Amino acid sequence: MVIYGVYIVSKSGGLIFNYDHNIPKIETEKTFSYPLDIKLQYENKKVVVEFGQRDGIHVGHMLYAINGIPVTGRQLDDGRDVFEVLDNKDNYPINIKFGRPKMTTNEKIFLASMFYPLFAIASQLSPEPKSSGIEVLEADTFKLHCFQTLTGVKMMVVAEPTQAGIDILLRRIYEIYADYALKNPFYSLEMPIRCELFDINLKTVLEQVEKSGISNV
Amino acid sequence: MSRASTRFDTKKVNSELVTLTYGSLVAQMVKDLENPEDVNKQLERLGYNMGIRLVEDFLAKTGTGRCLDLKDTADKIQSAFRMYLGVQPNVSNWSPAGDEFSFLLDSNPLTDLVELPDDLKSLRYCNIICGAVRGALEMVQLDVQSWIVQDQLKGDSNTEIRVKFIRKLEDAIPAGEE
Repeated sequence: MVIYGVYIVSKSGGLIFNYDHNIPKIETEKTFSYPLDIKLQYENKKVVVEFGQRDGIHVGHMLYAINGIPVTGRQLDDGRDVFEVLDNKDNYPINIKFGRPKMTTNEKIFLASMFYPLFAIASQLSPEPKSSGIEVLEADTFKLHCFQTLTGVKMMVVAEPTQAGIDILLRRIYEIYADYALKNPFYSLEMPIRCELFDINLKTVLEQVEKSGISNV
Repeated sequence: MSRASTRFDTKKVNSELVTLTYGSLVAQMVKDLENPEDVNKQLERLGYNMGIRLVEDFLAKTGTGRCLDLKDTADKIQSAFRMYLGVQPNVSNWSPAGDEFSFLLDSNPLTDLVELPDDLKSLRYCNIICGAVRGALEMVQLDVQSWIVQDQLKGDSNTEIRVKFIRKLEDAIPAGEE
């Protein structure tokens, strides 16, 4: 029973809410000697592993820290360049921390707005008239369930592929949205949801689902 | 659905609380705006803003689907009346084209304890309901007009709220929902 995250996209396609629920943190720390046997590359403002997967360090993981000093972009927090440090033989043995890259809020907003036209295209591609858009998007590591309300708001849940009954959860999230976001007089429609009551109730439901299954929601 | 209705029941409040709150709201507006016509307009706007939010609550709690004709819509608004005002209006006076109908309320919780003074005869006291109906239907892509035809406060035997279908807001329909 794992739910990875909840997203809500407004009628006009903007991400108005996202919540990462249960994404396991994967971090590996290891001491290396010269020369480094992992190929690193700088892309999308991250230093990522390009080749040479081993000991829990996977291709695609990003560099978090060197000798305990965090990395931002391609720079260490003390101002040195990551690649210069790694190329310098004098710095070895060196302790490097790798981990799964985290999505930034900007990337999430970007992806959410990408799903919007995808959803519209799906409904138009359909061989049958009056088709709905994408309801379930399946991949080998997750399933994205999408529920569009009659007013055009999309509720999305990313969950384990084996997870059944998400449609009930989606409806429950819709109820929470109607109750705690829309009835809050200081929430303006189409704007990001920053209502504490909404967060609390959503978390409660997700925890309930995790503990005792969807039928009790 | 039974589950949803039990949850709803737990939040029932005495209708007098609603009557009194609404009454003080209208009284304050009459004091502030002076012109009853302005009050009517403001009440309609207030109702509209309520409607566009309330419709989500209605959809989430009842799980109804999209309406395909106006009769269907009328039925659903009828059940919304029961849900939010605790009264069941009659749907009647259909126009021959089937694009207009009325809700007849023999009792209206908003006006339970109200008498209109003579100088406010042009005040449409329950205009908030018209606004709410319009706002709610606009969110489900139906453009309607709504107004009060008969008013118990003005000596009529019941309150009649007329709803007229203008058009379907085609371009506002979300993709995959047509």
